[in-house]
Amino acid sequence: MRDARGQIRRLPGLRLWLSGGWLTFLVLAAVFAPLISPHDPLAQDLFAGRLPPVWEQGADPAYLLGTDSLGRDVLSRMLHGGRLALIVALVAGTLTCLIGASLGLIAGYYRGWADLVISRFIDIWMAFPPVLFAILLIAVIGTGLMSVIIAIVVIDWTRFARVVRAEAMSQGAMDYVASAQVAGRSRLGTALSEILPNVLPTIVALLTLEMGIAVIVEAILSFVNLSISTDQPTWGGMIAEGRTSIYQAWWVLVFPLFALFLTVLSFSQLGEGLKDHFDPVLR
Amino acid sequence: MSGMIYELKDLKVSFPDMSRKPFFGAAPRIEVLKGLTFDIPKGEVLGIVGGSGSGKSTLGRALIRLIEPDSGAIRFEGTDISHLGEDSLRPLRRRFQMIFQDPMSSLNPRRRVGGIIAGPMRLQGLDNIRGRVDEALDMVGLPRAFAARYPHELSGGQRQRVGIARAIALKPDFILADEIVSGLDVSSQAQVLNLLESLVKDLGLTLAFISHDLSVIRRLCSRILVLYKGEIVENAKTPELFANPQAEYTRTLLDAIPLPDPEQVWF
Amino acid sequence: MSYLSIQDLEVRLTNGTPLLRRVSLDVEPGEVRALVGESGAGKSMIGKAVLGILPRAARLTGGAILLDGENLESLSPKARRQRIGAKVALIPQDPLTALNPSRRVGPQVTDRLVDILGWKRSEAEMRALELLEEVHIQAPDRVMKAYPHELSGGMRQRILIASAFAAEPKLIIADEPTTALDVTVQKQILKLIRDMQQRHGTALLFVTHDLGVVSKIAQTLTVLYAGKVVEATDVGAFFAHPAHAYSRALLAATPKYTDPESSLTPVPGSVIAAVEGEVAAFDAELSGAGRR
Repeated sequence: MRDARGQIRRLPGLRLWLSGGWLTFLVLAAVFAPLISPHDPLAQDLFAGRLPPVWEQGADPAYLLGTDSLGRDVLSRMLHGGRLALIVALVAGTLTCLIGASLGLIAGYYRGWADLVISRFIDIWMAFPPVLFAILLIAVIGTGLMSVIIAIVVIDWTRFARVVRAEAMSQGAMDYVASAQVAGRSRLGTALSEILPNVLPTIVALLTLEMGIAVIVEAILSFVNLSISTDQPTWGGMIAEGRTSIYQAWWVLVFPLFALFLTVLSFSQLGEGLKDHFDPVLR
Repeated sequence: MSGMIYELKDLKVSFPDMSRKPFFGAAPRIEVLKGLTFDIPKGEVLGIVGGSGSGKSTLGRALIRLIEPDSGAIRFEGTDISHLGEDSLRPLRRRFQMIFQDPMSSLNPRRRVGGIIAGPMRLQGLDNIRGRVDEALDMVGLPRAFAARYPHELSGGQRQRVGIARAIALKPDFILADEIVSGLDVSSQAQVLNLLESLVKDLGLTLAFISHDLSVIRRLCSRILVLYKGEIVENAKTPELFANPQAEYTRTLLDAIPLPDPEQVWF
Repeated sequence: MSYLSIQDLEVRLTNGTPLLRRVSLDVEPGEVRALVGESGAGKSMIGKAVLGILPRAARLTGGAILLDGENLESLSPKARRQRIGAKVALIPQDPLTALNPSRRVGPQVTDRLVDILGWKRSEAEMRALELLEEVHIQAPDRVMKAYPHELSGGMRQRILIASAFAAEPKLIIADEPTTALDVTVQKQILKLIRDMQQRHGTALLFVTHDLGVVSKIAQTLTVLYAGKVVEATDVGAFFAHPAHAYSRALLAATPKYTDPESSLTPVPGSVIAAVEGEVAAFDAELSGAGRR
């Protein structure tokens, strides 16, 4: 008999397009930042300080989004800041994912001793307050891009591990896993071929979420001057600086804040959209 | 060599009761199988019947060594497989296979049907996988084109047939069917049972069919084992069991079956 | 007047695929009508349409549902919920997923009384205890405090039955309530449902694919194929001489353990082709008459 139930599925990925669009734009902007920036992001010009964006009165068309108190071009700084944000997002996000997901998979599928050890480890690790932990870590290893990345990985891998462990456990109870065992597959083989593909949508969603979080953590760290060295423009740094002159030059704070917001939102929406896309049952 | 494919002696299986586990120390064990002894002759279709908690699924899983028994012996074609490790079991595994109850959870939703059927064959290092997949699909009456589909694109009965194809693709000597028609409606149920009957004949299989429903078992099985709380309460040839059930639990099971007849005195 | 009157109900997916094809059926007050069909025939969809919980991709595109004479579609969503909450209840198929695993069982039974009907919590709890006793649960006060996973499948189903009868509904829709249970538990639950139904005088729309169960619990039945009514008659007449070829085929496919040659005949391809033909002709006639 014809069965229409398979046709009842979700709307196609509109959010996939929108979020992908912003992120693609961001990637291009970041990659070509040195080429398309109208000014040197570090160049100061005290006579051109606090110029408003080009559509306001008293603006200078050479500085499209205005300048900050030191006369540095906001647009150029944003483009370069975007570059750093992306690097942090991609590298920190991916590393966190790899470490956390692997440990979670092992704990959730193999159970037994591995699970005992890894789970206790996660519990103890998560007992540290994350922000303090990050600050402590950076105090010890010093500031810089690598430090930021390491700090993010160190704090957030447990998020992946917990979720992936739970997913792996529920997958492990499925009959198709038992079927693989009946056919004679080794445990490692089963983990890779039966469990991992089914856990993948969750991992993808978490990964994009993590990328958004990484961007925010970096912004927080640069807000407190613990991020990359202070002459490199970062969105968080710009927000911190813009805070002091918010009444005189709102644009210095608002534009990077807006970019931050859009980026994090796009990452999470991308994750949702990709997760649906990867799941053949929902196609 | 005897004509027995399986010989079980005093099989005991227990599981830890995690809900009553003390903080330190091991959890108390629940005895699921309390010392079962029986044989399965080659070529027999054996029905294993019982309610939930009877231990029938556990017995099935012990037979194909998905779980290891606590004590007692399981001999498969003369070899004691009770406590063999995975490496020693692996070459034997192609001789006993399983069909699972829930076609939703027994087929990996992320794999295509062809890959699902081919899986065990690849593991056992067989050749001409493509040809064998086609052959398996033919034997279960599914079109060869289904190899490219995903499980969710198939109906329940079709998915169950894919599970059967996967089990017979290795040409095993023994198949365990664990409640494989419980979730299906009558027409699909009949199709699957008929298919199983013809496969047993054509491939010379020995089959153990687990179910909680005696009416489904009647035509398929030549002998029936009734389990209650981990013990065998009746072990009889099919016609005798229906004509003259010995155990009280067997009679309870029979009385519980609603016949499609409004005149039946049932409640 | 029928308590539930479904008239020419048409439900389609958003892409136009028909799920229910002008289904008409009536349930009289206090009557038990079985809704029979194979998987995918649309039996659950009818219950969902009445309760107002159709999946998002499905839409009611024609016909009417009258509950106690009132057309449900003409009501505002809030009024509809009120009516359904007071007059209709559901006994779902899977006792495991129908109960919230993170909440104790007691509140889940009293929810409907407190939230929809505005009872006081203490009164609702007393009623819940009465009901749990009525469904033969021992130590009901202990069970009320338990979590769903601490109880057996049969017990969970009893709790769901108790919740269904809590607000003294006039109509209960039972969606394959015993399909997930093993045969001895099924018998107990069916007996329970029948006893409660008779005692409370509730009308019951019993969805199932098992003709054996139908013969035990229902007075009338409606057979569905691909969302279209194939036969609707009394149970006695149906089992004595089923009118439609598809009905006969379904009966033939139902195993009878008393028969040594126990039937294992699936519905023949010719019968399927014939009934598919009827469905196709029906669709053609509908689109010829123009879509709404």
